[in-house]
Amino acid sequence: MTPSTIELVPAAEDRRIARHAAAAIVLTVAEAAIPLPLPGVKPGLANIVTLVVLARWGWREAVWVALLRVFAGSLLLGQFLAPGFFLSLSGAIASLLMLGLAMHLPQRWFGPVSHSILAAFAHIGAQLVVARLWLVPHDGVFYLMPVFAAAAVVFGLGNGLVAARLLHELGRARAPAGKSPER
Amino acid sequence: MAGWRRWLRPGDSVMVVLGAAVCVWSALAMWRGGAPESALIRAGGTLVAEVALTRAQVIEVAGPLGTTRIEIAPGRARVASDPGPRQYCVRQGWLERAGAVAICDYDSLNY
Repeated sequence: MTPSTIELVPAAEDRRIARHAAAAIVLTVAEAAIPLPLPGVKPGLANIVTLVVLARWGWREAVWVALLRVFAGSLLLGQFLAPGFFLSLSGAIASLLMLGLAMHLPQRWFGPVSHSILAAFAHIGAQLVVARLWLVPHDGVFYLMPVFAAAAVVFGLGNGLVAARLLHELGRARAPAGKSPER
Repeated sequence: MAGWRRWLRPGDSVMVVLGAAVCVWSALAMWRGGAPESALIRAGGTLVAEVALTRAQVIEVAGPLGTTRIEIAPGRARVASDPGPRQYCVRQGWLERAGAVAICDYDSLNY
């Protein structure tokens, strides 16, 4: 009997997604070490990677990177299938849908900062709905809404600014060499 | 810090302002701290009056034992006088929180 081998050849796109997802996962794990004042209020640094991928490689790759990050990040942190995982997943799905819409805003006026803030609001919106329906079936969760909204503005702005600068730097690094973009 | 401003496009600034507006709006909407808006006056189980707690006024309600005087002030209300013997509802003092109740049940009047 001849052993059958299945060879998977990753395409350039697969490698790129894996590399970006790895960067996002590193940021997720690093961020978990930061003490949080309130559960759920965190910078979401991994979203910087999602924003950069969205701007450079489109929405489909951004979805891959963000969802891989949620799954792998939760596995690494021991949160997989725990409530935090579902909050994370619902937030990621909502913000990806929002990014899918926001990317069609006129680019002259709206950049990564707008995308980031809109995605952050979609994120907290979905998390509050999931928390209200499932984890804390009481309207008391909405009492925290102003805190989450403030976090969405502050961290959305911060992440968006970093993403905008990164995009600029990456674009500049690529331009003189005239090579195909690889990162 | 000023260096970062160059990464903001015009619409981005609008988005930041809108986001801040959502914060302020949600704080005002969610953190009212149970401030009451109106006083419900019930007698014998039926609603006699619903009074907005916006301006000072005195409301008199007739019960089986006599007249009860209810004093309304901005944001609060109390039973100023009651014909009942034990004066529970009068001793309750000013009601300042949403959901607070003063009951003078022997006169079948609740406020």
